[in-house]
Amino acid sequence: MKPFAFARPGDVAEAVRTVAAEPAAVFLGGGTNLVDLLKLGVARPDRVVDVRRLTSREITDTDDGGLRIGAAVTNSELAADPRVRERWPVLAQALLAGATGQLRNLATVGGNPLQRTRCVYFTDVSTPCNKREPGSGCSAVGGYTRYHAVLGVPAALPDASAPETCIATHPSDMAVALAVLDARVQVLGPGGARTIPFAELHRLPGDDPSRDTVLEHGELVTAIDLPPLPAGARSAYRKVRDRASYAFALVSVAAVVAGGEVRLALGGVAHRPWRATRAEEVLRGGPPTADAVRGAMAAELAAAQPQPGIDGGNGFKIPLVTRTVVATVRDLTSGVPA
Amino acid sequence: MRRTGPAPAVGRMCAIWFATPGRGGTCGAMAPDGVHAEISLTVDGEDHRLTVDTRTTLLDALRERLGNASPKKGCDHGQCGACTVLLDGDRALSCLALAVAHDGAEVTTADGLAAGGLHPVQQAFLDRDAFQCGYCTPGQVCSAVGLLEEVRRGWPSHVTEDLTARPELTHDEVAERMSGNLCRCGAYAHIVPAVQQAGGVQA
Amino acid sequence: MTELLEPRAIGRDMVRRDGEAKVRGTATYAIETPVEDPAYAHPVQATVARGRVTAVDTSAAEALDGVLVVLTPSTAERLASVEDREYAVLQSDEVDFRGQVVALVVAETSEVARQAADAVRITYAEQPHDSTLAVDRDDLYAPEQVNAGHETDTAQGDVAAAMATAHATVEQTYTTAMYHNNPLEPHATTALWDPAADVPLTLWDSTQGVHPSRSAVCGVFGLEEEQVRVVCPFVGGGFGSKGNAHAHVMLATMAARAVPGRPVKLGLTRQQMFTLVGYRTPTIQKLQVAADRTGRLQAIAIDVVEQTSRIKEYAEQTGVPTRMMYASPNRRTTHRLAALDVPVPSWMRAPGECPGMFGPEVALDELADTLGIDPVELRIRNEPGVDPETGKPWSSRNLVQCLREGARRFGWADRPPPLHREGAWLVGTGVASSVYPTMRQATSTAVIRYEDGRYVAEIGAADLGTGAWTVLPQIAADALGVDAEDVEVRIGDTRYPVASVAGGSSGTNTWGSALVVAAREFRTKFGHAPADGDEASGDVDQASTDEDHSAYAFGAQFAEVRVHADTGEIRVPRLYGVFGAGRIINPRTARSQFLGGMTMGLSMALHENSVWDDRIGQVAKHDLAEYHVSVNADVGDMQAHWLDEHDPYVNAMGSKGVGEIGIVGTAAAVVNAVHRATGVRVRDLPVTLDRLLPALP
Ligand SMILES: Cc1cc2nc3c(=O)[nH]c(=O)nc-3n(C[C@H](O)[C@H](O)[C@H](O)COP(=O)(O)OP(=O)(O)OC[C@H]3O[C@@H](n4cnc5c(N)ncnc54)[C@H](O)[C@@H]3O)c2cc1C
Ligand code: SF4
Ligand code: FES
Ligand code: FES
Repeated sequence: MKPFAFARPGDVAEAVRTVAAEPAAVFLGGGTNLVDLLKLGVARPDRVVDVRRLTSREITDTDDGGLRIGAAVTNSELAADPRVRERWPVLAQALLAGATGQLRNLATVGGNPLQRTRCVYFTDVSTPCNKREPGSGCSAVGGYTRYHAVLGVPAALPDASAPETCIATHPSDMAVALAVLDARVQVLGPGGARTIPFAELHRLPGDDPSRDTVLEHGELVTAIDLPPLPAGARSAYRKVRDRASYAFALVSVAAVVAGGEVRLALGGVAHRPWRATRAEEVLRGGPPTADAVRGAMAAELAAAQPQPGIDGGNGFKIPLVTRTVVATVRDLTSGVPA
Repeated sequence: MRRTGPAPAVGRMCAIWFATPGRGGTCGAMAPDGVHAEISLTVDGEDHRLTVDTRTTLLDALRERLGNASPKKGCDHGQCGACTVLLDGDRALSCLALAVAHDGAEVTTADGLAAGGLHPVQQAFLDRDAFQCGYCTPGQVCSAVGLLEEVRRGWPSHVTEDLTARPELTHDEVAERMSGNLCRCGAYAHIVPAVQQAGGVQA
Repeated sequence: MTELLEPRAIGRDMVRRDGEAKVRGTATYAIETPVEDPAYAHPVQATVARGRVTAVDTSAAEALDGVLVVLTPSTAERLASVEDREYAVLQSDEVDFRGQVVALVVAETSEVARQAADAVRITYAEQPHDSTLAVDRDDLYAPEQVNAGHETDTAQGDVAAAMATAHATVEQTYTTAMYHNNPLEPHATTALWDPAADVPLTLWDSTQGVHPSRSAVCGVFGLEEEQVRVVCPFVGGGFGSKGNAHAHVMLATMAARAVPGRPVKLGLTRQQMFTLVGYRTPTIQKLQVAADRTGRLQAIAIDVVEQTSRIKEYAEQTGVPTRMMYASPNRRTTHRLAALDVPVPSWMRAPGECPGMFGPEVALDELADTLGIDPVELRIRNEPGVDPETGKPWSSRNLVQCLREGARRFGWADRPPPLHREGAWLVGTGVASSVYPTMRQATSTAVIRYEDGRYVAEIGAADLGTGAWTVLPQIAADALGVDAEDVEVRIGDTRYPVASVAGGSSGTNTWGSALVVAAREFRTKFGHAPADGDEASGDVDQASTDEDHSAYAFGAQFAEVRVHADTGEIRVPRLYGVFGAGRIINPRTARSQFLGGMTMGLSMALHENSVWDDRIGQVAKHDLAEYHVSVNADVGDMQAHWLDEHDPYVNAMGSKGVGEIGIVGTAAAVVNAVHRATGVRVRDLPVTLDRLLPALP
């Protein structure tokens, strides 16, 4: 680990100024991802700016019947909040399906969506990786792809040596729930505050896999706003993983069923939490029967690019995510718990 | 190659640090080299002031600086739970917590839990032979103590069917909540009843 | 025949003597040894799988404040012996596998050591590497012998003829993955070289045997045993990977010798453990099984292909259990190795038996299916009267009783039909047998002394969580005819008499036998009213031996598996094991050993898999977030039971060893249950949900 200076400024504005002023400065939340990456030599900042005691640690009701969640609220606190448990179960379930008790007690709402991919080559500095070292190539192509993307990968790619190739997935569970809930991210940057729809926070690799989100350097997440769900809405998060607990998702599904509407977001399938807008659109036509959902998922997955690789590749994600969506919607509409 | 002595003293530098406009704050004072800071920690009831490298984790501060090796290092990356301590009362991984970021914190290790005789969780681990090599055990113990408090507060878990109901210390609840503590010796089948016993549930 | 000890302390449920220290975290493991002003060492690893180091630039590392020394192949001391190429660290510029140590930094703090290690710049002349294990390689070879001194190949009768004529046959290939032991305590050594001291080198090493560790270091550095002390009171698990010293022990010693008088701590990172401390080779097992209409085996054959490293041979004895497990007139077992550019494989819990009971126990399930015979009954029908390999009678063999007792406890007779569904889950049950040889090592000595009104027994044994701290006093107490509370046992230090490695489930059998001899010597010499300081010693080779019987522990494991009908997620809500493992010395610690083995077997069935990336020559998932081992929530109702076995042929305690048998057969029981639940026959471990998806409703 390379040495770094540590700062805890007096307030958020100063934190933003401090980071903005220095290209190699970063914010520190709970540290559960950043410190991991510091040790691995993946993150190499000159200055670490602690914001955990600066941003809000409160969850407040908003006028529209939603919640404003301060960036320093821990993942545990958010999952335990009675309002979240009752009205946004998909979010509580997603949080509780992520990591472990002793990680969630440290992890913050600001840091969780900004955690980096778990791609095994990204975290191993001895291998090429476009995300870690732009232009070096992508070791995952043809490698160990069990946890990698099938959606959002251009058909022309992946080419291991192309500088724009990255087939990594975003690992956060909470982010998949926030994507389906149409949450909004409150951001304070050197140029002032702005609000980003959560579904637009994360990006596809495009021509720069090193960037996970649309945040500019120095932009601080100060809060996340949760709009209310329509009355009578039901929601659930279903995570499928290799171990019964303490494992990242192979695939996951966040679903909301409200009146005739079905909202879906998928995890473990793309470089960002994947709002399944195509499937949602198809389902708008009629009742979400199993066949209808299957058809909708076929449309959603039409452009999917299963990745071959050692240990069998990740083609199984196509049937798996389809089955998981079908089951989740079935359980939400039939009243059986998912 | 120079041999460095102990990290530079920082006492007077605080003032300079705090006086620098735009750099105020209540954190541990940075030493002039920029990469050391003085912090205070209360560990198992005892107050310490120490100078740490900003890179030093809470785990290494405890083990390598304060000589408290009760929390263990099994992976150093948040993947095993061996380093679990109670941090300001809640269970947390000390290997992913930077010591500087937890200046002023109160830390309780498994050893500290036994200050007035074995904690009921520790007694239950002994009674149920809920360990073998013992390397995961202090982390398991701290995790269990934290878990019982979380259940007391009514916090749900991944396996809580009704998120709005009070959770109970069933096998599945305990197993899920203890899943952040790997035990390579495979003592899980004894850990669950030990935690239930400590939580006052017959198992 | 051995005269069995009258069990008074033996058989009693006694709480671990080291328990309180462990639940508090005050038991001291190697890296935690409190030493004055320690320095920290951090290795630099090769990033190519084969080639030469052409340049090492240490200037940036050496320029850092707090760096004490950087050792490289050109600056490191020359070792007295480089014969063992795993131990010949920093002796040449050859790179034999990715992850091999090519430099070592010693610094004032762990942070600086690691930073400096990152700053060492190495240039390589990379050569093409070859790290792909395959059955059809043309360079497979037959080793001279396989691990534990077993013959490489055996043959009896004519397997091909039996296969051609038998009523039913199974001919399939099964594979087990590469596994890493991953004890929770990373391998670590604290080393002090003090040339002026009587014993110049002290190593506080995390090891399964202080004496074997000392021998290895003495050989490599040309030191006399009197010059080296190895201390290890507690080990945070080893599962075989701390049975042999590995390269880091030599590195720690080298580092200490480079900074005389200064203790040096070298703790491997979890990631480094995936290349430096051994692993279980992947195995490819071609099975042939032939049977008559009633299920009697006519032939059984296993042809094993597995890997070793190019620099040091290790041949897992995977085919060995097939030589003795079931009756059959025709039989063949072979082992072939590929020597690859890979890290050196080594022991992992139940080497041989663990992987070697996967293929055969699944093949038997397939046979049972073909014949429509209950798999428990099929095994019972193939019970051999004598050891098929040696023709010797069994010292005791209670496999049939284990199967019956297990079936009864599990409710096997009422098990649900194939493809049974309960709500969201498909439910299946499976069975497999377990076996592990009963061994005793040739060397171990115990001393018993009367000191301040109690008995003190000393032996350089190791407690890896196995319970030696607690169990050895029980044995000594019965051998002396006193209460266990009146015996203090001291272990884990080469200052005590020589002890064999804690491996092969032989520790208690070996050390216990030495204790019994010492106790008898003691009583013969000093009677029942000894004086303070009276002392006697005993060697295991004075213990009575039995050459006329084949000695093994046996067991049966029963698994209930649930497969989620939507997602294919696999859960094992019930896993029962029943074992015939001789006399159980301490039911409390023995139960933990059985359950621990079964848990690791469950982990092997469902999770563990060191996915090999042969493009770069390393394990792709080399940490505990990626290399999954079972977590608490993966374990349901897991039970271990045992028969009351009275075996007069094994040793004075009547014990057979309980450390390894629990992992043997577990994976087969689980995949057999998966088959019953889903109809999918998994022949390659681990079984993961993606294999089951195509068969789900
Ligand atoms: C072994 C392991 C298993 C895990 N399993 C799961 C899992 O199953 N599911 C899951 O979802 N997660 C999992 N996690 C990840 C964990 O949830 C995240 O590490 C955590 O949520 C990150 O939050 P943090 O506050 O600790 O972030 P930090 O580590 O502090 O920061 C993460 C990133 O966000 C930036 N940042 C932090 N706060 C802000 C802010 N307010 N504004 C702008 N930038 C900010 C940091 O600079 C850094 O780049 C796991 C982690 C580990 C180690
Ligand atoms: S998938 Fe992305 S993160 Fe992984 S190696 Fe390729 S570029 Fe790097
Ligand atoms: S050492 Fe902290 S989780 Fe493993
Ligand atoms: S007791 Fe050894 S790892 Fe848990």
